[in-house]
Amino acid sequence: MAASSERSPPPFPDSEEPELLEDSDEGADAFTGTSISEMDSPSPDSTRPPKDIFNEPLEDIFSDPLSNINSEPQKKVDTKIPSPSSDEVVDLFSDPLDDDSEVISSPEVQNPMPDLLNEPVQAPKSDGSSKSSSVKKAASAELFGDEDEEDLFKELPKVVTKKPQPLGPPVDVFTEVKSDVKVKPQVKDDPTDLFTEEALTAPAPKPSASSSSSRTNGVHSEEHDLFSEATVELSLDSPRNDRKKKDAVKPSVSAPVAPVASSSSKAPSKTLEELEEEESEDTFDLNISVTNPEKVGDGMNAYMAYKVSTQTSLTMFRSKMFTVRRRFSDFLGLYEKLSEKHSQNGYIVPPPPEKSILGMTKVKVGKEDPSSAEFVERRRAALERYLQRVVSHPSLLQDPDVREFLEKEELPRAVSTQALSGAGFLKMLNKATDAVSKMTIKMNEQDVWFDEKIQDVENEEQHMRKLHIMVESLVNHRKELSGNTAVFAKSVAMLGSSEDNTALSRALSQLAEVEDRIEQIHQEKAANDFFTFSELLADYIRLLGAVKGCFDQRMKAWQRWQDAENMLQKKREAEAKLLWANKPDKLQQAKDEIAEWEAKVTQYEREFERISATVRKEVIRFDKEKARDFKRQIIKYLESLLNSQQQLIKYWEAFLPEAKAIA
Amino acid sequence: MTEGSSAEAELSVRVSSIRITDVTQDGDVLTFAIASQKLNSSAGVCVFRTYEDFDWLQQSLFSQENLPGLHGIIFPPLPSKALPSQSNTQTKALKQLGFLALGQAWQSYSKALEFYLQQVATHPTLCKCNALDSFLINSESPGRQRGRKGIFNRLSQAVEEMRKESHKDVDNFFQNERIKNTNLAALSKVATEKLLDVVMTEQKLALACGHFSTSLHLCVNQDDAAAVAFSKVCLKLSDIIEAVKRNFEKAGSSNLSTLGLGLDLESRYQEAEKEMLFRRTCKLIELETVKKSTEKAKANKREVMEAFQKAVEKEFSLISSVAKQEIERFHSSRVNVLKNFLIGWCEQQLNTAKEFAELYSQHLEACRNMYTE
Repeated sequence: MAASSERSPPPFPDSEEPELLEDSDEGADAFTGTSISEMDSPSPDSTRPPKDIFNEPLEDIFSDPLSNINSEPQKKVDTKIPSPSSDEVVDLFSDPLDDDSEVISSPEVQNPMPDLLNEPVQAPKSDGSSKSSSVKKAASAELFGDEDEEDLFKELPKVVTKKPQPLGPPVDVFTEVKSDVKVKPQVKDDPTDLFTEEALTAPAPKPSASSSSSRTNGVHSEEHDLFSEATVELSLDSPRNDRKKKDAVKPSVSAPVAPVASSSSKAPSKTLEELEEEESEDTFDLNISVTNPEKVGDGMNAYMAYKVSTQTSLTMFRSKMFTVRRRFSDFLGLYEKLSEKHSQNGYIVPPPPEKSILGMTKVKVGKEDPSSAEFVERRRAALERYLQRVVSHPSLLQDPDVREFLEKEELPRAVSTQALSGAGFLKMLNKATDAVSKMTIKMNEQDVWFDEKIQDVENEEQHMRKLHIMVESLVNHRKELSGNTAVFAKSVAMLGSSEDNTALSRALSQLAEVEDRIEQIHQEKAANDFFTFSELLADYIRLLGAVKGCFDQRMKAWQRWQDAENMLQKKREAEAKLLWANKPDKLQQAKDEIAEWEAKVTQYEREFERISATVRKEVIRFDKEKARDFKRQIIKYLESLLNSQQQLIKYWEAFLPEAKAIA
Repeated sequence: MTEGSSAEAELSVRVSSIRITDVTQDGDVLTFAIASQKLNSSAGVCVFRTYEDFDWLQQSLFSQENLPGLHGIIFPPLPSKALPSQSNTQTKALKQLGFLALGQAWQSYSKALEFYLQQVATHPTLCKCNALDSFLINSESPGRQRGRKGIFNRLSQAVEEMRKESHKDVDNFFQNERIKNTNLAALSKVATEKLLDVVMTEQKLALACGHFSTSLHLCVNQDDAAAVAFSKVCLKLSDIIEAVKRNFEKAGSSNLSTLGLGLDLESRYQEAEKEMLFRRTCKLIELETVKKSTEKAKANKREVMEAFQKAVEKEFSLISSVAKQEIERFHSSRVNVLKNFLIGWCEQQLNTAKEFAELYSQHLEACRNMYTE
């Protein structure tokens, strides 16, 4: 709480008086700014928007004069309670600076608020009540003293509900506030609208409707998408103005927020989710196929080259159809480049198929081995799916490396893919970060969505692995069945050939033929099972690894931010000591350092929020893609199932008269 | 061979009505309920028989007295004894019984026994046996009082088989028949085993599909819209895999109940024919030894020997003629039986294929319409 308000001043001089070191009055102002908005927050998400509109005028009108009066007695109470070590002017001075002096900050959180609310009604009472309540509240306030805003919002409702009990006189005032809250939602729509207008530059009648409906549902409603996106966007800007501006600009510029940008151009009544979907389908006019695997070279230096053909109407490419030859390591190289650039931003970079030394060695050594042919086909299909996933990602498609990979005749030889192939590398990375994060980072997840999602992904990966094993066994049984059918067909043929009765003999040899064909069907089905399900699941196991990588990136960003926060705090302590020791010569340097770290904290926080937003969007996109992908595969599977069933019918229908003809 | 119309011991039940209606298992003992209808009335008879009773019947058939050319008869093969308590070791049971060990609650086994009874009852000579009638009608179990060893000891047979099997026949017909029989017996056995493998694999596949289908339910998650969509896809897939599973089960069970049983019967019948031929060969060898010893015999014994030789010769030729008739009968009936099994099988497979094609196309339709909104 304190942290946020004190951190905030520097970036925006326009909204609040930032002179931090001046006096606590201003600090209190800052608090009223935030605290009032927190007070009227039944749900954390919905509160943000109104704040901006609601607070700023409020502050200007009320808080300044009020706080001047109020803060004086407050300070006296505060200093007595918390810190026996610090006193007098210095104390007053240093405490507001100190992020972690929760006790100091917490009274401030509460005090200004009743002040502000009561003042118009009854000024003296509120002071007394705030004094008494401040002590009680200190404990509960401590909970959120150190957190960032998001957490605060979660905690605050509790505080709000608690308050009426200890506070005797202000209760009616409080209920007033509450009723105020109830009234506000109607007003709130406007803020959101205003806000979205600002952000999207689009008139938004529908967003307001949906946001109000979701509000009634509580925090997390089924309009998750729209809502989360909205909140993600909004939460970035809510406390600070410059942020807001930045975000309002950002969507239209940067690719990741393309859907938002596109929304402004398209029909404004659509939800963001729809827009996103539409957008991804619109842009995906790109057909990539990987064909003609070909062995190049001899011996252990041999490699497989694939033909990568692209067919597109996208204007970003030079022509509508082009073909290049790429080898496996080029694919890995592409991944390496992409993941270097994009994974730290929270993008899910589709991982390529794993490098298989065994399989490749077989290909290199063996001439015409069915298993190596299967391996090559399997890899070809996997590479094709990999490329399709890459280009279906709106922002990865924009990457020059992707374009180069698809278009450029000659690529520089990808290096360093030898030792670590895609998934293996990712696995190691994941393992390393996992281990490190488990040891060092203990991130208390402030975002319920992420908390759940991380768990979901974890579970999902396990399920996928399980399913994969199942499908593998299914495929093996299929192969076994096809083998057994072949043997059976053979033995029936033998039986038929040594049969005396000509009709029976004929029927049996016909049967043998039928069984031979059925064996073919079984073989196709086995391949079908394998390619539609087994490979799909394997892909998704890899992709889930990439998703986890994104979460890790977010965690890292968080860690960076927290480290900077700690550093800033240290610097402030150092400054306080300097002040205490009365060394003005070093004071300026300390102040500079503080400013520098404040900037860093802001930057890292913004980065963290940005990465959170991106990861969230990516995961949502991933989920949607996944459902679509699976559905597509199931339809494909069913079609082939139906097809083979129809063939079976044909075979049996042909055989039936033969059986009946046996005399 | 014409149906024995002599009134001496007509079977008092209708052959076509013989059914095994129920199997109960009590520890190691399987009890079969055998129902049949009386010839002269609509009244039904139901008796309970254990495998020992069946064995007794078979032995009684083997040891019928005053029946010329008994050795030339191809006895309908009785399936070997099922040991329910050991059948939990499935592989063992499979090895011993083949197809008959499969199927729910000994269904195929009782089907085979039913078929055995019908074969005995339709056999022109064997149906006159008193043992059969009492087996089918007497409510008291006949097996206990007369548990005697049959004339054909399989064990000793196995020892001598190698030596006598290759004995050159005097009759080209039988020589050829023996060669063909050996060939067919081996081939049909192999085919049965292979089909058994196929059925087993189908069962395994059905099982694997079941596991897969159940595991898909794990992926169900109701958290948000995307998860719900994915869950729907998973559930749909689960349904589809379930359908595939049922397809396998159905195809497997129809394989088992038609062609499986048919091939099993065929292979056992070939074995039975082989046994008959072997018995005849034994007789032939006996005759030849008798002939030799007659030639070597001294004058005083020569007459006795010649008389004995004549008797053996007569017996042998009787056996041969019965055997010839039996072989002819067997050939025509087995083709018929196989044909019926084949037709039944083909029809069932066709129906299954059609049924599931229909089901799959429904699923496909449903899938295509799934959340396209």
